[in-house]
Amino acid sequence: MRINSGMHKLPIRLAACGLLAGILITGIPFGRYTVKAATTPKDEEVINLRVCNWEEYMDLGDWDEDETIDLESGDILGVNPMYEDFENWYYETYGKRVKVTYSCFGTNEELYNMLTLGDVYDLVCPSEYMIMKMMAEDMLVPFSEDFFDESIPENYYMRGVSPLIRETFENNEINGEPWSKYAAGYMWGITGIVYNPQMVTEEEASTWEVVDNPKFYRQVTIKDNVRDALFVAIGAMKSDLLTSEEFLSAPDYPERLAEEMNDVSPETIAAARDYLQYTKENVYSFETDSGKADMITGKVAANYQWSGDAVYTMDQADEDDFELDFAVPKESTNLYFDGWVMLKSGVGADTEKQQAAQAFINFLSMPENAVRNMYYIGYTSVISGGDDPTVFDYLCWNYEAEDDEEDVVEYPVGYFFTGDNSDEDYILTVPREQTKRQLSAQYPDEDTMNRSAIMQYFDGDTNTEINQMWIEVRCFNINRVPAWAWIMVAAAIAILVGLFGWKKSRES
Amino acid sequence: MKQVFSRKQLGIPYALFLLLFVVAPLLVIIYYAFTDGTGHFTISNLFHFFTDPNTLGTLCYSLALAFVTTCVCLLLAYPIAYILAKSEWKMKSVIVMLFVLPMWINFTLRITALKEILTMFEGSLAYYPFFNSVVGMTYDFLPFMILPLYSTLTKLDTSLLEASYDLGANEIQAFLRVTLPLSVPGIISGVSMVFLPAMTNYVVLDMLYNSTYIMGSLIGSYFSAYDWHNGSMIALVLLIIICLFTLISGTDEEEQKKGGALL
Repeated sequence: MRINSGMHKLPIRLAACGLLAGILITGIPFGRYTVKAATTPKDEEVINLRVCNWEEYMDLGDWDEDETIDLESGDILGVNPMYEDFENWYYETYGKRVKVTYSCFGTNEELYNMLTLGDVYDLVCPSEYMIMKMMAEDMLVPFSEDFFDESIPENYYMRGVSPLIRETFENNEINGEPWSKYAAGYMWGITGIVYNPQMVTEEEASTWEVVDNPKFYRQVTIKDNVRDALFVAIGAMKSDLLTSEEFLSAPDYPERLAEEMNDVSPETIAAARDYLQYTKENVYSFETDSGKADMITGKVAANYQWSGDAVYTMDQADEDDFELDFAVPKESTNLYFDGWVMLKSGVGADTEKQQAAQAFINFLSMPENAVRNMYYIGYTSVISGGDDPTVFDYLCWNYEAEDDEEDVVEYPVGYFFTGDNSDEDYILTVPREQTKRQLSAQYPDEDTMNRSAIMQYFDGDTNTEINQMWIEVRCFNINRVPAWAWIMVAAAIAILVGLFGWKKSRES
Repeated sequence: MKQVFSRKQLGIPYALFLLLFVVAPLLVIIYYAFTDGTGHFTISNLFHFFTDPNTLGTLCYSLALAFVTTCVCLLLAYPIAYILAKSEWKMKSVIVMLFVLPMWINFTLRITALKEILTMFEGSLAYYPFFNSVVGMTYDFLPFMILPLYSTLTKLDTSLLEASYDLGANEIQAFLRVTLPLSVPGIISGVSMVFLPAMTNYVVLDMLYNSTYIMGSLIGSYFSAYDWHNGSMIALVLLIIICLFTLISGTDEEEQKKGGALL
């Protein structure tokens, strides 16, 4: 029996050794993706695509059956995470295996710091100002020529991107190169004020000056980052100029508006510092993420919000039968984008990987996937769909008034879908309240878009100055310590030292 | 058989941990603290720390906040620890456990609950940011003050107290001249466990909407402006302050022990 059992163990041991060796052999070329590699034939190469995106900024699937979006063009339901669907789609379309390693970042600055500290990603999704910074620092790989070829059916991005976004990406340049060469849009939005109509009127909320309005002492929150705070400060300080008839009717209004909103002269920065120091004592708080919950629970009357989060906030409040509205200040609004860029440190000269990265962008730009993402995260996709009606259908599905509704208005969104706002195919009929609710945040009307400005990126000395301004706003300045406090501290120290000395002398 | 492992070798995992997660990051911090953007050696960051009114002001604010929090914690914790240590009650370990219980709940949850309670009383959290921060930190750190005090006070030699009564001391005198001096080691470890984290724990402030920076948030703001050098210098100076504080309290403790032995 003993010998027998020994004999039986031998093949098991051999098998174990073989398995170990197998794991080692297949494991080495594919790094940490041993498991995946083991299931595919050995001679097939797996492209490992490292994607880094904002937290909660892509559909991760797992929807309930009753969440199905039943559009005329077909049902949409998120079952698997988007990147897993991409892996399958890529294999079916191109016959190659790709494995997406998906990770997240919290802020643009965090992403940039991660990259400078040596983290390697192939495809990342920063905001427009960080894309500009990365372009200026030559960190990005340009898209290949066939990415722009609209005759290729798989090029969903170029075939489906909204003309508005396409123009913006082609007309904005860094060092003479358009954004579109390096970046493909993902989501876009504007900034505005979410407010509680029981406490704040629409007129009061429609100006950046709501943050220093003493009527709402300690009842308004603004964002805890210097760029958003600076935008609010400039908008509020220049309110009279920005809303003057002369300024609005100027032939070069868009250029002048962009110039004013990006004014970072030392005088403006100093004025913004004083304004924000004063405002800090009037607002409820600077918040990073708590503003949405505080708005829903009624702790604050109004808060500065990015449009996607505004939609989310209003949706959540609706569930509690609590009405919140959205207003875009009359002075100006910050038009922002998040977009996909490929990194030199990751993709490099690897054309296989570059193709997979571009295919990932195209996959996200498929109209039904754009809708899935929009539904899941609340932001607005840059995709209008081109000839495909899915995105517009989704808009109708979301906002179109019921047949028996009486107080309805026409809401043209042609500016986004075709570039022509009078296009009759793209006019929604919506309940009147939607013009100041979710719809106005998700797809602002054309007037709002006309007064939107893109905020440039700041670098070098300007960045240092702006950060110093922010520190001065947020820190307690030692010169503000009153004289009596110094006297008291000195007295306390003197007493302590005196007591100690007295005790020592008594002991000896 | 020859012994393969000596007892010293059991320390290797910890030494490795120390090297990787304490010494290495510290070296990185020192490197960044004494270099500028181009990688050249400079002491301008150190100079900046001691001349910038915002950094010094933030240091004062953090010290004040930590000082008030520590005082409040000490005043709340000492009587409780004293009563518990003195009591003959059999169930007192349950009471001690009740004081430690909040530590088992994640502190973000606790502060979120506190937010609601404070809002109920104050109307809006934004009216008294400094007060709220003190309350939040006290709530967070109180167990760290109670536990060392309690363990010191239970170990206190009662024969010394009896001797003082025999020598004619009344209750107050006995407390001031025997119990209090002998519990100083407990006070010191409690204070250092509350004071130091209270100086840098900006998450509590953030959650309770105190818009004024303390040292932790100031470091963060330099980092997010890609300024690793000034941020690291602040961290380094803060570390040195903390080391000094620990050293001073350490020597005091030894003196106290000597004093105890003499008594």
